[in-house]
Amino acid sequence: MTVDSSKARRAASGSAAGASIDARGWGWRHAGRRAWAVSNLDLRIEPGERVLLLGASGSGKSTFVHALAGVLGGDDEGEHSGQLLLNGSDPMHARGRVGLLLQDPDSQVILARVGDDVAFGCENLGVPRDEIWRRVEAALRMVGLNLPLNHPTSALSGGQKQRLALAGVLAMRPGLLLLDEPTANLDPAGVQEVRDSVARVLDQSDATFLVIEHRVSIWQDLVNRVIVLDRDGGVLADGAPGDVLARQREHLAESGVWVPGVAHQLPARARATAPGASPSSPEPLLQARSLSIARSANQVVASGIDVQIVAGRALAITGPNGAGKSTLALTLAGLLTPTAGRVVASREFARGAAGDPIRWKSRDLLTRIGTVFQDPEHQLIAATVRAELAVGPRALGLTDAVITSRIDELLQRLRLDHLAEANPFTLSGGEKRRLSVGTVLATQPGLLVLDEPTFGQDFRTWREIVRFLGELIDGGTAVVAVSHDADFVAALADVEYRLPETERSAAPVVRR
Amino acid sequence: MTTLAPGRGDSTGTRSALAGLNPVAKLGASLVLALVLVLTIDWVSAGVALACELVLFLWAGLTLRVFLVRTALVWIAAPAAGLTTLLYGQAAGVVHWSFGLVLVTDGSIELAVATVLRVLAIGLPAVVLFITIDPTDLADGLGQVVKLPARFVLGGLAGLRMVGLFLDDWRALELARRARGIGDSGAIRRFFNQAFALLVLSIRRGSKLATAMEARGFGAPIQRTWARESTFGAREYGLMAIGLAIALLAVTVSVMTGHWNFVLA
Repeated sequence: MTVDSSKARRAASGSAAGASIDARGWGWRHAGRRAWAVSNLDLRIEPGERVLLLGASGSGKSTFVHALAGVLGGDDEGEHSGQLLLNGSDPMHARGRVGLLLQDPDSQVILARVGDDVAFGCENLGVPRDEIWRRVEAALRMVGLNLPLNHPTSALSGGQKQRLALAGVLAMRPGLLLLDEPTANLDPAGVQEVRDSVARVLDQSDATFLVIEHRVSIWQDLVNRVIVLDRDGGVLADGAPGDVLARQREHLAESGVWVPGVAHQLPARARATAPGASPSSPEPLLQARSLSIARSANQVVASGIDVQIVAGRALAITGPNGAGKSTLALTLAGLLTPTAGRVVASREFARGAAGDPIRWKSRDLLTRIGTVFQDPEHQLIAATVRAELAVGPRALGLTDAVITSRIDELLQRLRLDHLAEANPFTLSGGEKRRLSVGTVLATQPGLLVLDEPTFGQDFRTWREIVRFLGELIDGGTAVVAVSHDADFVAALADVEYRLPETERSAAPVVRR
Repeated sequence: MTTLAPGRGDSTGTRSALAGLNPVAKLGASLVLALVLVLTIDWVSAGVALACELVLFLWAGLTLRVFLVRTALVWIAAPAAGLTTLLYGQAAGVVHWSFGLVLVTDGSIELAVATVLRVLAIGLPAVVLFITIDPTDLADGLGQVVKLPARFVLGGLAGLRMVGLFLDDWRALELARRARGIGDSGAIRRFFNQAFALLVLSIRRGSKLATAMEARGFGAPIQRTWARESTFGAREYGLMAIGLAIALLAVTVSVMTGHWNFVLA
């Protein structure tokens, strides 16, 4: 490409020239922590380079990216060593020249209307009014979000919210575009949306590009360099994507990165529905009969649902966003009241608990139906990991000896034993997920209901969860799992119940 | 989160002249009325103000149905406040009825009437003006017209948007407690535990939001511009003038008829 055509393109899209990054023995330690999040980092990224940043969780990828965006905070937030330079100067003074897209779509929407939200960054940079609206239109076009400027942001899907945030970042005309796991919280359709938007942006921009992501396949074709950070500080590998991925394949897979071509290596489940399996199905634990489900009293999301839940089998609930997957799972779990129809428990499963599960006492649910919520933070209630696991057994009135032995076993199985006294809220995403599964298993329910158990998890945690659930199912536990994750469904499910797109879900739906 | 959805007059069922007015003027007019009317407790000033307001509401462009639905709370609160005053208000003059602490007298009847009229005279225009306020427009107005610090105004606005998420969180926390076997008893303690959990979640959400805002240059040492111009022109001054005129008329009539009853005197 000639300099002239590059200039012309830049003028058309209005992007800034790419920024360079220099790290010289750079490191960062968060205030109050003993270990350095990043240390001894030496690298140079040339203007316009497109980089995929990989590394085990805890290798400091996010810290590095936050530092580049100038949002790591001042000296009271932590201490640094060495030098980190953006275009030769301190990133703290370069606000606006760097655009950062974060992981959680919900916490990045700032204003109530689409146009206003995109304009927000420009306003903060002191861009004149007429210029702001020209940039807003251009940025929305670039990410392919064809919505009226006064469209409410609360009515966007997760993928649309991420594209909106991307547009807001682009309107600032950054010389460096940073993406911190931008698709981890999205369903497959949302991932594709965001990936395509970024591809279009990169086509029209000279900005330097740096993305953190566990799932390599999404970005592999869009980058020309892969950097792997070492957990013990510094850079582990750096080079062309194909080369680094080939050399570091095993290490990356062990670090939780989804490397294309690395097999799942899961023990095969003994499936009840496998060809040739005996057709004699036992009596179901739960039966949903012409069920209508609603999240709140008068918003029916789906109706006419008939499903059976059988011991030792896994039922996957799938379907598009807003079809009511979570609502169905929570209704089957005896937490939401159906608007019509019933969820009926077999006599053996109810063991004396009266009526349908929604009528059961909270304590009766413990040994019968365990529910793992999509966001583990919603179900964490104790001050330490050990106490968290003890909540259910205590409510059942088990003796201390039984509780201690159960918890010790769980801590070990879930690899949380070194964290027994830690505050649950300080755990990493993967640890929180394992803990939330553990809290449910502590009371040994016959049915496990999980809402998106593999959402946003890295390869290592994913593999552990699948293996763990497989063992439980083969041991006779019934599992109901809501999932967007085709690999997960393929690995575990005996039956897939696909909720159809509803009329309501045809319109963009807010959360879940 | 219907309450926070962009309004611009379309969601409220109104197509009134009020919808396009700068929210700061609406806030100002309501404040002027309220400030003057709380200075006195008499039925004349409140009655005069209310009479003027009811006439003006005809031009507000609200259908009667929308008006009644939106102001329902005021119509309930006014008699409730009046009844309390009637039964327990300062006794004076002839005693009509007494029962224990309850004492209905000439004085308490007059006070009760004054209270009912006052709540209506302050509450009704506030609601009528506020239902057409869009939070984003209000923030624009407070930032550009009143010149409040942008950090404060926009921080508040962004925080307001999170209220909808809190409602979802609260619901999920409730279900999670039932699922974890602690939903049977101790409702009060559970409520406080849950409220604390919500607080923790909202702080976490808040700090994530703050990072997202900072990443977009919020708080940078640059003179901020505003994408939406908030104008304060003749129509806005007109509304303020109407508010002030009603207040002055109410005071004048009240003083001239000898009913003015200054609360601080």
